[in-house]
Amino acid sequence: MTRETTGTAPSLTLSGIGHAYLGRTVLDAVDLSLAAGEVAALVGPSGCGKSTLAHIAAGVVEPSRGRVARRYRRHGMVFQDPRLLPWATARANIAYPLRLLGLPRRERRERAEEAARRVALDRADLDKFPVELSGGMRQRAAIARALAIDPDFVYFDEPFTALDVALKRRMQDLVIEAARGARFGALFITHDLMEAVRIAHRVVVMDAQGRGIAGTRAVPSEPGARDDGTVYRLVAGFLSDDPLFRHIHDIDERRTQ
Amino acid sequence: MTTARADAVLDRLGRVGQFLWSGWAGLAGLALFAALWQAGHERYGDFILPAPLATLAAGLTIAADPAAWELAGQTTLRAVEGFALAAFAGAAGGLAAGYSPATMRLARPILTVLLGVPPIAWIVLAMIWFGSTDGTIITTVLVAATPVVFVGVAEGAVTRDRGLDDMARAFGAGPLARLTTLGLRHVAAFLFPALTVALGSAFKVAVMAELLANTGGIGGALAAARANLDVAEALAWVLIAVTGLIVVEYTLVHPIRSEFERWRNAARPWGVKR
Repeated sequence: MTRETTGTAPSLTLSGIGHAYLGRTVLDAVDLSLAAGEVAALVGPSGCGKSTLAHIAAGVVEPSRGRVARRYRRHGMVFQDPRLLPWATARANIAYPLRLLGLPRRERRERAEEAARRVALDRADLDKFPVELSGGMRQRAAIARALAIDPDFVYFDEPFTALDVALKRRMQDLVIEAARGARFGALFITHDLMEAVRIAHRVVVMDAQGRGIAGTRAVPSEPGARDDGTVYRLVAGFLSDDPLFRHIHDIDERRTQ
Repeated sequence: MTTARADAVLDRLGRVGQFLWSGWAGLAGLALFAALWQAGHERYGDFILPAPLATLAAGLTIAADPAAWELAGQTTLRAVEGFALAAFAGAAGGLAAGYSPATMRLARPILTVLLGVPPIAWIVLAMIWFGSTDGTIITTVLVAATPVVFVGVAEGAVTRDRGLDDMARAFGAGPLARLTTLGLRHVAAFLFPALTVALGSAFKVAVMAELLANTGGIGGALAAARANLDVAEALAWVLIAVTGLIVVEYTLVHPIRSEFERWRNAARPWGVKR
């Protein structure tokens, strides 16, 4: 089954988003709409402004122009670096958004442990500080933090770029599993087309200069149901035959964000 | 739940034990210092440098005298009052400067001017303004200690991790929640070392100001010892002032700081832990 943005009411709608850093335009007239429960991978060459777009959608950055309509209940976010509080234990880090919501201590603890279980984070590791955890464990904690608030939408901003190949795959499986289990929609920023095709219902390609969305391609079958052969064939097909993906590996260092 | 609590209690006991045990290293350092002092005494004689034990005996004699406690209390009160004012003013100003670049730009030259004026000049000015009163001492302490706290806190606020701020914003934290859960916690790690230095200089400046302004306290006692050429008594007063400082530092400042720095300690290899 492939989902189209037209069926159900969209959970996230970005209309006419534009943004400029110090007078230089990085995003212009971006329109994007995600259906409820849809996982969309946003790909594009390095520095095309896809991270900025995710930050705008998540409310971290105020756009210079345009409108963001969020129709989901609550969102979580996973960043490229784990962004854990160095002075707090893994458990307290996972519970941090729950603390912001003002939940009582006991419930925070229970929900943090439940979220840690979902990302296969060892109970013994929950009392450790981030400096004592390995890179993979830290990123697991960051994912658990996003899942702890029981979100129906999650932003992933190139979350696995710094991880090695094997770890990356496990994390991707974890996200696929979590998205299926909790039925959350997601905007997954990545520059790895393989990752995009594994994880998403739909691949959205951003214009190389950040001027809107260049195009979108639905990925056949459900995330998690695609075996490696299918993923390779799809990616190879996209790269060789589809003009949409021609500039995907261009790098413009001047515009890296 | 109960095992978790028992674990927490055990963990705390362990850390207290570790802290107390680390006292041996401190004692060893002090003993080394006393040995050097003794060597100096044997080289230069009683008049220039009395023996450490003689000084200690003089100190104990002073400590046995209630009038001396009153003098020490007077100095402590002045130093602590000035220190509290400096901590408050410095922390508030530093936070404002750290969060607002415009305030920082305005504050920096003022700070340079304040730091450029020698403390002795402040004592003279304060004596003209307040006469031989507590006000003179407190003002001098305030002026000497505020910049230290200000710079420490401002540095902490400037170096806060903006990535964490963005993370908190993504999870819906408002400015106040970000300040209380992230900003202040980060600044605290810079505040405590600054407070240690400020407290030390508060005591030193208070004694100096007392000596020059002739307003009693330990400084006044030192002035009297100088007038009588009583080196042993002068050194004994110095010893008392230093002891007071060490007691405050190790019973108050260090335990609070190590509580804030637990995570940093967790990353250290075994041999480096205190």
